[in-house]
Amino acid sequence: MKFTAPHIEYDLVAPILIVLGVAVLGVLIEAAVPRVHRYLVQTVLAAVGIVAAIVAAVLVLNRIHPRAENPKPGFLSAEGALAIDGPTLYAWLLILGLALLGVLLFAERRLEGGVTAFAGQAAALPGTEAEREASAKGLEHTEVFPLLMFAVAGMLMFPAANDLLTLFVALEVLSLPLYLLCGLARRRRLLSQEAALKYFMLGAFSSGFFVYGIALVYGYAGSMRFERIADAVAAGAGSHALLLGGMGLVAVGLLFKVGAAPFHTWTPDVYQGAPTPVTAFMAAATKVAAFGALLRLFYVAFGADRWDWRPMFWVVAILTMVVGSVLALSQTDVKRLLAYSSIAHAGFLLTGFLGARSLGDIHAGDINPVQAVLFYVTTYGLTTMAAFALVTVVRDAGGEATHLSRWAGLGKESPLVAGSFAFLLLGMAGIPLTSGFTGKWAVFASALSANAWPVVIVAVLMSAVAAYFYVRIIVVMFFADPVGDGPTVAVPSIMTSAVIAVGVAATLVLGVFPGPLLDMLGRTAEFIR
Amino acid sequence: MDVTPFIVLSAILFTIGCVGVLTRRNAIVVFMCVELMLNASNLALVTFSRANGNLEGQIAAFFVMVVAAAEVVVGLAIIMTIFRTRRSASVDDASLLKY
Repeated sequence: MKFTAPHIEYDLVAPILIVLGVAVLGVLIEAAVPRVHRYLVQTVLAAVGIVAAIVAAVLVLNRIHPRAENPKPGFLSAEGALAIDGPTLYAWLLILGLALLGVLLFAERRLEGGVTAFAGQAAALPGTEAEREASAKGLEHTEVFPLLMFAVAGMLMFPAANDLLTLFVALEVLSLPLYLLCGLARRRRLLSQEAALKYFMLGAFSSGFFVYGIALVYGYAGSMRFERIADAVAAGAGSHALLLGGMGLVAVGLLFKVGAAPFHTWTPDVYQGAPTPVTAFMAAATKVAAFGALLRLFYVAFGADRWDWRPMFWVVAILTMVVGSVLALSQTDVKRLLAYSSIAHAGFLLTGFLGARSLGDIHAGDINPVQAVLFYVTTYGLTTMAAFALVTVVRDAGGEATHLSRWAGLGKESPLVAGSFAFLLLGMAGIPLTSGFTGKWAVFASALSANAWPVVIVAVLMSAVAAYFYVRIIVVMFFADPVGDGPTVAVPSIMTSAVIAVGVAATLVLGVFPGPLLDMLGRTAEFIR
Repeated sequence: MDVTPFIVLSAILFTIGCVGVLTRRNAIVVFMCVELMLNASNLALVTFSRANGNLEGQIAAFFVMVVAAAEVVVGLAIIMTIFRTRRSASVDDASLLKY
């Protein structure tokens, strides 16, 4: 039997390869470079690698316009395993941008007095002599940068995956490094390790469902490739029970990553326990990657069967918004509250996702669902990242002061920090002139044009509930009296400040001038198959 | 070839794994149940591969094994850490984060 080597378009997949290459190089640096230099080398390498990947992605973006030799708006690459089209490239640029901000947060050293927010020596038990020795020596784990880059590589593959197997491998490549990163906090290590355990156990459980779903869909369609699955679904061949079971189980795996109810239970625990820079990165970038993958899988592969899956997503979207918004009301920890808020946002994103309809039904000037979801996830990602970055600067002797009562009177202590946080919260609540408002308008318009009005009514009601708990924090910060020896606002280095500034600026600019980005997304939001 | 018996067997194995994850307390046993779920999926993939007459399912089964091995590395590292800290591998003991 003759073996034919697969044809890989290296220029098209360059962003993924660059990020993976940097990750592998980072592992080698851990072995070869002396400890004192590692922090600098790893930080610079990670940042340069991400910038190089952004440049590579922009070069690809300039090539995907339909033309004579390739009439489709994009390319199928690596023997059809990856689809490089408008939504993929937008997700890539967004994930890489968020990853760059993530590197800045990971590299922050001033807040902990000269070391990063990660454990000095993860193997040293909490509260022992070994741990004290590690922190006295100023040890820090610089392995977090390669781990971050591996996770980013998985996130880049996830929305581009054009067959079920690539989708699964990408899911694991993005998840495994995140499980480890969650357990590496310098402070409150018991919470951090518990978060890692819970995330890992539930993540592995959900990927079990995901793989079984893949097997059933493969049994139905006879192929892993999205376009062949789409053909099989359109032809209605095979056992419909296999397809329904497969779609349901695959959806469990993806909805777990998204953090949608009833698969949301890990989210609060993990967001609270993980080191805050990791939470910031994970909350923002995982949602982008997971929604990219969810859109492609259900629109391209299962699009012809949307009458079957839409009711399921109606229920999940409503449940997610209600659970996220209502449970957030009783939270007393800022990180946990932001976690519930991110669950509610997943519900709003699913509302936009419900705008699925056939291309013929989308009129010129309509908001199409891909455009709406990608816009919302942009606004959500940047706002959330900055909000978690602000959590890292409010500190007391024990590290970050995350209990809400400790934030009382922060407006008097530091008007700048409290003001920025209040603005970001208003953005999440969807007050006009912030990006959250435009995002919510886009997803609601998308859902309405597909007649999902009951979901939109629930979404509007839950936006009101959510606004209540966001405003409650603002009231605590500005109108409550400070507790005695309240937390201090630490002055971060330029890196954390830059992340906060970018997030606040994006929340404002995308709220006041959303037009250019929405138009651009409208032009590029077309999947190829 | 009638594939039904193989698919039924894989469904039974998957269910045993799933129930095990939900009911067992020891993190290692929970983890073994997850592996059982993955292997049940492998059986289904290989069976469907035979039924469909192509190799994609068999290749996928290899990838699932490789990914499961990677998952073991990460998982055991996390379970080891938590066992050394708490002197217990019970998933019920790790309960600082709630509500």
